[in-house]
Amino acid sequence: MDPTSAKMIGAGLAAIGVAGAGVGIGNIFGSLVSSIARNPAARDQVFGIGMLGFALTEAVALYALLIAFLVLYAV
Amino acid sequence: MIERIVPLHIGSVDISYTNSALLMTIAVVLITLLLMVGTRRRALVPSRLQSVAELAYEFIAGMVDENIGHEGIEYFPLVFSIFMFVLFGNVLGLIPYSFTFTSHIIVTFALALFVFLLVTLVAFARHGIHFFGFFFPPGAPVFMAPILVPIEIVSYLSRPVSLSIRLFANMMAGHTMMAVFAGFTITLGLFGFFPILINVALFALEVIVTALQAYVFTILTCLYLRDAVHLH
Repeated sequence: MDPTSAKMIGAGLAAIGVAGAGVGIGNIFGSLVSSIARNPAARDQVFGIGMLGFALTEAVALYALLIAFLVLYAV
Repeated sequence: MIERIVPLHIGSVDISYTNSALLMTIAVVLITLLLMVGTRRRALVPSRLQSVAELAYEFIAGMVDENIGHEGIEYFPLVFSIFMFVLFGNVLGLIPYSFTFTSHIIVTFALALFVFLLVTLVAFARHGIHFFGFFFPPGAPVFMAPILVPIEIVSYLSRPVSLSIRLFANMMAGHTMMAVFAGFTITLGLFGFFPILINVALFALEVIVTALQAYVFTILTCLYLRDAVHLH
């Protein structure tokens, strides 16, 4: 197998990792909506933590994307 | 891409003034102007610009006070500078034909490494040798120490890595996706308005992501400072 094809397959495999982040982000926003629906007064406190959680989870998706790009272009 | 505006060399080291450096200068000048011109009149009922400057101050002061506590006010100038620098850097990259200096790993790694070294030094200065007690959480059974302590050490050492890669990858990915869809616009010819609509949505997402990533970088700095100041 020549290196270019191997790189493309590797990048494709690495990109599968973003699926976990999709589940995680959906989970966070589901809990956020549910908790605001239960207690609308807590919205300001919960929203900040929700945004922090979203950004941290999205970062994991970007690590997977970073590996995909590294394999595709930098190896 | 990075272009040299004023080529400078010291020996074999290239220290040219690039467009990245130009945008960093513009960001610092804009922040300084916002704060100085905004608070020049010191009116009790603030004007629009003064409101913006006061909003930024209150936002970060509240964040520092809530997360680090009363001693956090010592770190307020640092946290404020980090937040404004990253925010303005991200937002200046949204201007067409401009450059996002936070989309380069060396810039974000320098910021994250600085935060990490600062937090470690603050912890050493405050707690001395008890700093190493941080890696063994209180209330954990002693026989778990050989497993728990290496995991905690690795997780602590990965903080600058995750902090820098989070900001860099978010900025780079947003701009790369917009470039990819812009390329589709040309190749699709007549149906090229679909990628343009997607680009509009992506740009809206980018605006949210720039503000959010600046907020996340800052609040993680506050949380690491809280770990350094308390609970060691």
